[in-house]
Amino acid sequence: MAFRRFAKSLLYALPLGITFLDCVGYVARVDGISMQPVLNPDAEERDYVFLLRWGIHNSAVERGDIISLISPKDPAQKIIKRVVGMQGDVVSTLGYKHEIVRVPDGHCWVEGDHTGHSLDSNTFGPVAIGLMSARAVAIVWPPERWRILKNELPGRRRPIQVAKTSYYN
Amino acid sequence: MKYNILTRLRSLMRITIQYACITHCTFEYLGDFVLCKGPSMEPTLFSDNVLLTERISKYWRNYQSGDIIIAVSPVNADQYICKRIVAVSGERIVTQKPHPIEAESVQKPVKTAMTTDYVPRGCVWIEGDNKGNSSDSRYYGPIPLGLIRSRVVCRVWPLSQLSGL
Repeated sequence: MAFRRFAKSLLYALPLGITFLDCVGYVARVDGISMQPVLNPDAEERDYVFLLRWGIHNSAVERGDIISLISPKDPAQKIIKRVVGMQGDVVSTLGYKHEIVRVPDGHCWVEGDHTGHSLDSNTFGPVAIGLMSARAVAIVWPPERWRILKNELPGRRRPIQVAKTSYYN
Repeated sequence: MKYNILTRLRSLMRITIQYACITHCTFEYLGDFVLCKGPSMEPTLFSDNVLLTERISKYWRNYQSGDIIIAVSPVNADQYICKRIVAVSGERIVTQKPHPIEAESVQKPVKTAMTTDYVPRGCVWIEGDNKGNSSDSRYYGPIPLGLIRSRVVCRVWPLSQLSGL
């Protein structure tokens, strides 16, 4: 009897949980040093971030957001990077085959904060927006590192036309 | 009486949420129905056909050339496209660049060059069956496997054309 009750509550809770993870968000561990110093400042200690899935599909992503996306090279792998340019932006690249790139429609330019130690758009070019899976909003673990992740973009990495308009105003 | 209505409302909400979640999981992890629009897959698929697609092969990613797939459009993330896989990663494709639009206006057939290329790792080359009227990998290049949502299994509507694909 207890088993039947357990199975029944599992049957009720499982779809609810999966739907919650799919629609609202989930917590994931960050591996690697590509987002230093914001994430994983100490390579030994891994950060856990909360990834918000809500609103990722109606293109609510802005420049400076930290997003998680499916790697364009290997679909089994997820990578976490910062959005540097949205579609239509003109980005000056760091070691890509073209020095200046206009991000095509439906794509964005993503980079890790740790320049030179990150496998990002400077290697594989602009990525399709459809590969984005979630936006990182906060570090939740370890407790002493708890913080909200701010939307910030270093001034030198702003797309060219944005940097220009803010310079003249 | 008031208490009665409240309990009924609560159980109704509970059942609605439960079924919504079950529907979400089924459509997200097993398969769903897709309504086709546009001419790019003629003569295999026509506009307003309803397809049954499966999403299980997404976990093995064992797509083969010849499969019809539903993917997120690489040029517009709010749109889905239905195309046929022509080559998977590592295979060689020989493709012809589409005629430039100016060439049609002067009514002079322009011989466009055939290009040979390998599909890179983690990507597939997709093309519509209607070669003359399809915007596909010939325009935007190979697409990453991560954009693929599901594989088409069969056509369910119209019923007279019910068939596996």
